[in-house]
Amino acid sequence: MTRMAGKVVLITGAGKGMGRTHAVRLAEEGADILAIDLPGEQSEADLAETARLVRELGRRAATGTADIRDFDALTAAVQSGVRELGPLDTIVANAGICDNPGPSWTIDDDVWNRSIDVNITGTWHTVKAGVAELNPDGGSVVIVSSTAAIKAVPGASHYSAAKHAITGLSKTLANELGKRSIRVNTIHPGAVATPMTINPTTFARLRPDLENPTEADVAEVLSQRMLLPVPWVESIDVSNAVLFLASDESRYVTGLQMVVDAGQTQKVA
Amino acid sequence: MSGRLEGKVALITGAARGMGRAQAVRFAQEGADIIAVDVCAPVEHSTTPGASPEDLVETVRQVESLGRKICAFEADVRDQQALSAAVDAGVEALGRLDVICATAGISSAGPAVEMGAERWQTMLDVNLTGVWRTCKAGIPHIVDGDRGGSIVLISSIAGLRGLVSVGHYTAAKHGVVGLMKSLANELAPHSVRVNTIHPANTRTTMIQNESTMRTFCPGVDEPTQEQFEAGTQSMHLLPVAMIEPEDIANASLFLASDESRYITGVTLPVDAGHCVK
Repeated sequence: MTRMAGKVVLITGAGKGMGRTHAVRLAEEGADILAIDLPGEQSEADLAETARLVRELGRRAATGTADIRDFDALTAAVQSGVRELGPLDTIVANAGICDNPGPSWTIDDDVWNRSIDVNITGTWHTVKAGVAELNPDGGSVVIVSSTAAIKAVPGASHYSAAKHAITGLSKTLANELGKRSIRVNTIHPGAVATPMTINPTTFARLRPDLENPTEADVAEVLSQRMLLPVPWVESIDVSNAVLFLASDESRYVTGLQMVVDAGQTQKVA
Repeated sequence: MSGRLEGKVALITGAARGMGRAQAVRFAQEGADIIAVDVCAPVEHSTTPGASPEDLVETVRQVESLGRKICAFEADVRDQQALSAAVDAGVEALGRLDVICATAGISSAGPAVEMGAERWQTMLDVNLTGVWRTCKAGIPHIVDGDRGGSIVLISSIAGLRGLVSVGHYTAAKHGVVGLMKSLANELAPHSVRVNTIHPANTRTTMIQNESTMRTFCPGVDEPTQEQFEAGTQSMHLLPVAMIEPEDIANASLFLASDESRYITGVTLPVDAGHCVK
């Protein structure tokens, strides 16, 4: 298990969910992890657990807290982690938020701005802070986007717009960083079995016909949207795609939009 | 440690050399047995020099030296009967089929409107219809196994954008994407995934031959390797002149393995950034 041997990886949103799965999967393959998530008591406890899981695999872990909207705080957290672990080889810009406020013309300014600030500007901040600390030999930037960057999400245009914007950012970064052997790719998960999907609010939205929809009720409708016979993908499937794009196995892959969605975006109605 | 394709059987066309051989060897390293098919002869109207029977023997040697089994057949992807017979015999010998890599392909050049009908037709026959025939030969075995599977079609950057002087090649490689998207829909209920890989300039005889080298250096009669690689480099974003067959094999491995179990319908460029340049 050495596909990431000796590499140092920055991961945002690493306290829980997919971010933690990325940290563990990359550590299994020999990476040291700089895990960053929001400030706060719960978040710090989550980060400590991610770090424990990484160390349990015999790898080094450093943690830092910053809101990715705050570039100075993020930079300080990245620099502190790099002092501990050494220069970065990989940046996994994973932190993001999603809600479903309703039709575009009814979205409040603060709800709109929050999605744009976190999902696109925060991603730009992450790359900006991380690239400054990348190993001079080159590296890999993996941005976790969404199928919302490819297909519309009615009721969440602030999210879809931000994720589409990430595509523009990534393609530009790939051009700007190619000469330095830095690759930039995006991953586009569809529904993933994380709290972002598995929660009562999302359940109610997906099954407005039922009073108290269960996970099975939701799985039934989501399965119909996929090509493959599953309702969602698991975090580990996204992490395996991160691993491929982070490792030297993809050393000549850049500018790619990698969809991990059980075929949702390719399904013919 | 168990391999990423442990216990699986992969059909690979164009397996005598280049990307096909790299796939066979990489898959074998990860525990797969191989059904290798190659025409092992020159193809008319192609500027790619033909593979030889000795090339295929070398692939067999390399796979066997990794302790894996391989059944090799000389068959033309344009000949459905020969191709299906080879695949049937390979599955009979190795017991199952999990992965198909449609890798066989040819190249030639010429302005689309001035091109002879035979050159056009041969290109479509090998690079598009040959891919369909390969799928046709292999898919029933994967579906019969009822364990799901993965199909990797080798397209090209010319499957995602237009390239000059290869209209027939570009049409065929775009056609492969259309076939992939339809197959992804048709085979998903069987948990069979279908994806394409889009290489840019890769170090194989398809690119590394006198005729193709000249097309990269217009106005130069006998281009040097250096002049040629300046041309190939100029198409890439990353500072690399040639992609290695092993890079295509690594991407194929990812798509063939269960690590990508929910990835289907994807066009994956291994192009050093050509498509976003």
